[in-house]
Amino acid sequence: MRTLIWVAVALVGATAWGALALHQGETINAAWLVLAAVGTYLVAYRYYSLFLARKVFGLDPRRATPAERLNNGRDFVPTTRWVLFGHHFAAIAGAGPLVGPVLAAQFGYLPGVLWIVFGVVLGGAVQDFIILFSSMRRDGKSLGQMAKEEIGETTGLIAMVAILAIMVILLAVLALVVVNALRDSPWGVFTILCTIPIAILMGFWMKVWRPGKTVEASVIGILLLMLALVSGSWVAESATLAPLFRYDGVTVAWGIIGYGFIASVLPVWMLLCPRDYLSTFLKVGTILLLAVGILIVMPPLKLPALTQFIDGTGPIFAGKLFPFVFITIACGSISGFHALVSSGTTPKMIRSEGDARLIGYGGMLTESFVAVMALCAAAALDPGVYFAINAPLATLGGTVESAAAVVRQWGFTVTPEQMQGLAASVGEATLLARTGGATSLAVGMAAIFSGVFGEHLMAFWYHFAIMFEALFILTTVDTGTRVGRFMLQELGGYLWKPMARTSWYPSIILSSALIVAGWGWFLIQGVLDPLGGINSLWPLFGISNQLLAAVALCVGTTILIKSGKVRYAWTTLLPLVWLLAVTMTAGWQKIFATDPRLGFLSHAEQLAGQIASGALAAGDGGRMIFNDRGNAGLAGVFMAITVVLLIASVREWLAVIQGRKPATTREAEYVETAYVN
Amino acid sequence: MWRPPMSTELRRRLRAAMDGCRRIVGMPNYRVFVDHCREHHPDRPVPTEREYFEEYLRARYESGPTRCC
Repeated sequence: MRTLIWVAVALVGATAWGALALHQGETINAAWLVLAAVGTYLVAYRYYSLFLARKVFGLDPRRATPAERLNNGRDFVPTTRWVLFGHHFAAIAGAGPLVGPVLAAQFGYLPGVLWIVFGVVLGGAVQDFIILFSSMRRDGKSLGQMAKEEIGETTGLIAMVAILAIMVILLAVLALVVVNALRDSPWGVFTILCTIPIAILMGFWMKVWRPGKTVEASVIGILLLMLALVSGSWVAESATLAPLFRYDGVTVAWGIIGYGFIASVLPVWMLLCPRDYLSTFLKVGTILLLAVGILIVMPPLKLPALTQFIDGTGPIFAGKLFPFVFITIACGSISGFHALVSSGTTPKMIRSEGDARLIGYGGMLTESFVAVMALCAAAALDPGVYFAINAPLATLGGTVESAAAVVRQWGFTVTPEQMQGLAASVGEATLLARTGGATSLAVGMAAIFSGVFGEHLMAFWYHFAIMFEALFILTTVDTGTRVGRFMLQELGGYLWKPMARTSWYPSIILSSALIVAGWGWFLIQGVLDPLGGINSLWPLFGISNQLLAAVALCVGTTILIKSGKVRYAWTTLLPLVWLLAVTMTAGWQKIFATDPRLGFLSHAEQLAGQIASGALAAGDGGRMIFNDRGNAGLAGVFMAITVVLLIASVREWLAVIQGRKPATTREAEYVETAYVN
Repeated sequence: MWRPPMSTELRRRLRAAMDGCRRIVGMPNYRVFVDHCREHHPDRPVPTEREYFEEYLRARYESGPTRCC
């Protein structure tokens, strides 16, 4: 009977994939995409994750977890599995799975959905699961510590520098996404500004007035947030107030930079922690709402399965389908950043070893489903509208008329009236060239929610979606800046001891300023970039995130080989080899490609030519050339780090396989659990 | 403080749901901590809720990335 049910699930999934494959060239309903994804997830969870849990890792429910053995009521706390699943999911799902798929929709919906679904099943979920498992068996050690212990001393240090570099790029690119959604938008800016006093109020509530009452403070916070959202529309309509909140991109960027610095220096309870709670509640709630919305509305996908841009001529980002779809969509299929969370708070809270399967593998499948929904929301837009929102200003020209003409050349239809009408319906002056994916996702989400609740609320839902994205991106910006600051202080401690004192103010100010300056520099350059910045920064972010995933898979493979499971090492080697092929090809092309749209160095050369011929001012051109060379250097550093780590890992593997080194790992001692499950 | 009239069963369930919410956003549970202290370290004084909260915040935001992209 059970087998029959699973056969049925597999058949439904296969039929849905078949429908996707056969409907090339006609419009297809989003329901097929959702069915195909869910069918695949269920089968993969039932069979592949069970194989990993039983044969490869040997999860043992009789073995006491760190949460049980080291229970301190603080970070080591045994937690019910569904609650921990929620906690883990809230920690791994951020803007990444929402933005990446929207950008990758430039190739059509099919490449994106294939990579999201099969990438997660064979790669991303395996990575999250093995790192969670390994950390759980090692008393909750971090990825860096495990790299140091299992592969070698220097590897740990390199991993730390890599994490810091990735953080800087990540913060810059996410902040850029917010800037592009908030520039020239009084409604958006007003709502987001309001979140700061709301968070401070919540902070005082939880710390001073009613200590520890998180849920209470969050409910108040969410109510005030809704109030801010509604009053935003009054601000936008008022002739006197609107100009006070209308800023260009550079000003918004400086605002975010200043905010990041202040949030990193202030005590956490005042601003950072309450924002974190607020955005977590909002995130989980909105994602559930979006899932329900898509199931009710079942929008047809207007975007073609494949567009002509698979040849590398796409306006949103340059580069061919291979390798760039695999770089653009990182979170949602495989994300190295998850390895940091899976080796952070979660492994210290697992109650029983068997739960790691649901939390590690299942949690990542859920995030992948979020990516599929984001893709549906973007693909449900008119392709003409999608490209008019996401293509850079330099390509579209400054007016709706020029934009409509450019989009028509690409073979999609959009009229100037359509773009103006859409902008007016969401309460904005213009939606043109808002690169970064946030705006087109918000339009898509607003269309879906309006389909459920009625058309007249379109503007409200659009700004709700913008607020939802901006709120948790800014939460990533402030927590990220703070974490970066601590890592920098630790690294600085190697040079000069007092730098490592995390509560010493000169050190706090200096290291915060350095981190903020790092991502702030990339952010400002991105805002000034006539091609929109996303074009160069998002691939760099993708490459660095996939690089971190490669590090995690190297650690995972090493642990498998050292625990005498060489015959199962293919489970991590397979995604590792794929990621190396993807990141190395993409990195190489970004640096050396002769097409100036794709290669950083050839773009710099093109600019130099323009300066020589007088077509470009020397000051601006010089700055852009410097950026190109800097980006090329950074991509080179990422590639070099990967190669060094790979060589160190392979040497370790060979030593163990050839018997020159004992096959032992640093697992904690076996203790039998006292729980009766 | 005023308490809404509820059966003990309902109150227990509501409390469990609130605890779950708190855990999901990454907030620890002071009651569980107090129970833990009484059981394992009866010789030591139990930190106040405020001390516990502060210590927890410090550990959470100074240890490494807690959020993903």
